[in-house]
Amino acid sequence: MLDDKDRIFKNLYGTGDFGLDGARKRGAWDGTKAILAQGRDHIVNEMKSSGQRGRGGAGFPTGLKWSFMPKQSERPHYLVVNADESEPGTCKDREIMRHDPHLLIEGCLIAGFAMGAHAAYIYVRGEFIRERERLQAAVDQAYAAKLIGRNNVHDWDFEVIVHHGAGAYICGEETALLESLEGKKGQPRLKPPFPANVGLYGCPTTVNNVETIAQVPDIMRRGAAWFSAIGRKNNTGTKLYCISGHVERPCNVEEAMGVPLRELLDKHAGGVRGGWDNLLAVIPGGSSMPLVPASQCDPLQMDFDGLAAVKSALGTAAVIVMDKSTDIIRAMARISYFYKHESCGQCTPCREGMGWMWRVLTRMAEGRAHKREIDMLFEVTKQIEGHTICAFGDGAAWPVQGLLRHFRPEIERRIDQYAANPHPEPVRVAAE
Amino acid sequence: MSVRRLAPPELQPKEFSFTPENLAWAKQQIAKYPEGRQQSAVIPILWRAQEQAGWTSQKAIEYVADMLGMAYIRVLEIATFYTMFLLAPAGKKAHVQVCGTTPCMLRGAEELFRVCRKRINHEPFHVSADGNLSWEEVECLGACVNAPMVLIGNDTYEDLTAASFEKVLDGIASGKPVKPGPQIDRQFSAPVGGATTLKTVKA
Repeated sequence: MLDDKDRIFKNLYGTGDFGLDGARKRGAWDGTKAILAQGRDHIVNEMKSSGQRGRGGAGFPTGLKWSFMPKQSERPHYLVVNADESEPGTCKDREIMRHDPHLLIEGCLIAGFAMGAHAAYIYVRGEFIRERERLQAAVDQAYAAKLIGRNNVHDWDFEVIVHHGAGAYICGEETALLESLEGKKGQPRLKPPFPANVGLYGCPTTVNNVETIAQVPDIMRRGAAWFSAIGRKNNTGTKLYCISGHVERPCNVEEAMGVPLRELLDKHAGGVRGGWDNLLAVIPGGSSMPLVPASQCDPLQMDFDGLAAVKSALGTAAVIVMDKSTDIIRAMARISYFYKHESCGQCTPCREGMGWMWRVLTRMAEGRAHKREIDMLFEVTKQIEGHTICAFGDGAAWPVQGLLRHFRPEIERRIDQYAANPHPEPVRVAAE
Repeated sequence: MSVRRLAPPELQPKEFSFTPENLAWAKQQIAKYPEGRQQSAVIPILWRAQEQAGWTSQKAIEYVADMLGMAYIRVLEIATFYTMFLLAPAGKKAHVQVCGTTPCMLRGAEELFRVCRKRINHEPFHVSADGNLSWEEVECLGACVNAPMVLIGNDTYEDLTAASFEKVLDGIASGKPVKPGPQIDRQFSAPVGGATTLKTVKA
């Protein structure tokens, strides 16, 4: 188990003060000026050697992403923090914003400095109203203490602007987020050009997740070697795991990358409801990732490579546990409904495909389908995946593919059951 | 994709304008964005308009568009695209948003819908008989380890059961709302019974 001294988010559960005094006691804003004095290149290199990969889902190496920003440019540079946390199962950024917001603000300053940005926009999802108020209060404290703003103590003019959305999952996609921040509908942009060249207001922009940025001050203070010593190669550092669903005690917890799934559930969440043998499947990284059936869950390393080995992915490390009482087809149909609701409507395969998948899955949950439709459904997911502007289509197709890959016999059994039972004739209604 | 339309003309108010406080606040918001990028403030300002009126009317959309120098259609697009904008009048005291996505569903969100149908209205977006409450099923609200949960106004009520949800609704009806957050003995997102970590450091 990760040692308490190696944890970054010491106020994860809100037992202490979220404000500047509390944050300072926990070590935030300590030696920030010395970190900046080491220079842009040093910070980017240190982030590269820490091996930190983005915590927002895709797992792109942070230092590498920062290095894509132009060294010199006529246009202003921007850092945009993605706090549009909406992936079902995920509730980690919320805890950072309401309980440890100063780590995020300090991270913004360091990251902004490293990419030559004088402004950071933090895009908080619309539903996080109290979290936004907390974050704003912390930003105001930081301004008042001259930690950020013009002529601040760090000699790097830096504005932090808290912005918010109004209920659109798609705004978690980086280019949709930029559109939304510019005051438009959140519909993703085609890439290239990538945000590092043409981002917010047509200027070089880097979009990072809240957890990614909030880990930066500790990585810089304690050194890349400390961070990269936790976990294993390519999967370094600590990670906030969100454990929801059918466990005895659902919770958020910070653990070392690569913690075995069973240890994670047993130690922190009281284990699977009804014991480990009662496990049916887990969705390991938020609803966009394919489920992993119980047979592959032990041993299972909870990191990027460990989950790729079972054809799933770490995503946001939101573990949704389902025990044997779960109607797995209905549970996945509900996820399909989510994607149907949240599709931005820009690309035809996604806009039409989401509703199609949901309707077929809803019928399959009742058994009211043909077996040949299982293959047809799989074929449709393949036609959505990779054929849309953004990764939303992929994220909606994968969970369905995961269901078909692992629970095809269950779907067939239900179809057989439905076919075997005599159904009453539909009630005849006069056509008046 | 959620298809949303404005409320019918008979429900639309004749006019909309900000209170002086909200107008001053809106000007502050616009100043946060670079010169010529005032359009960026459209969501926060339209949201404030909804907070003032209780829902988003056509006149409010036009008012915000005029304020930001945007075409009406551009703000109409925003209001219909982002699902937190209520396009029809909601309950006078509260509009209850119940999360129904899989993590909440696994932990009993369906019971909460039964309570809503029984106590508020059988149909979402319809107000209760006394006009005080309305409800809707929303997608993941980002408090999955505290499932099932609802968002009422600005506050979340988490770790609900049918019984504790009824208490939350009672509190709103009587004007004495219960404390937001987990409705069981629990420190935010820590496991029930106490945290398994962070025992040796003081937050």
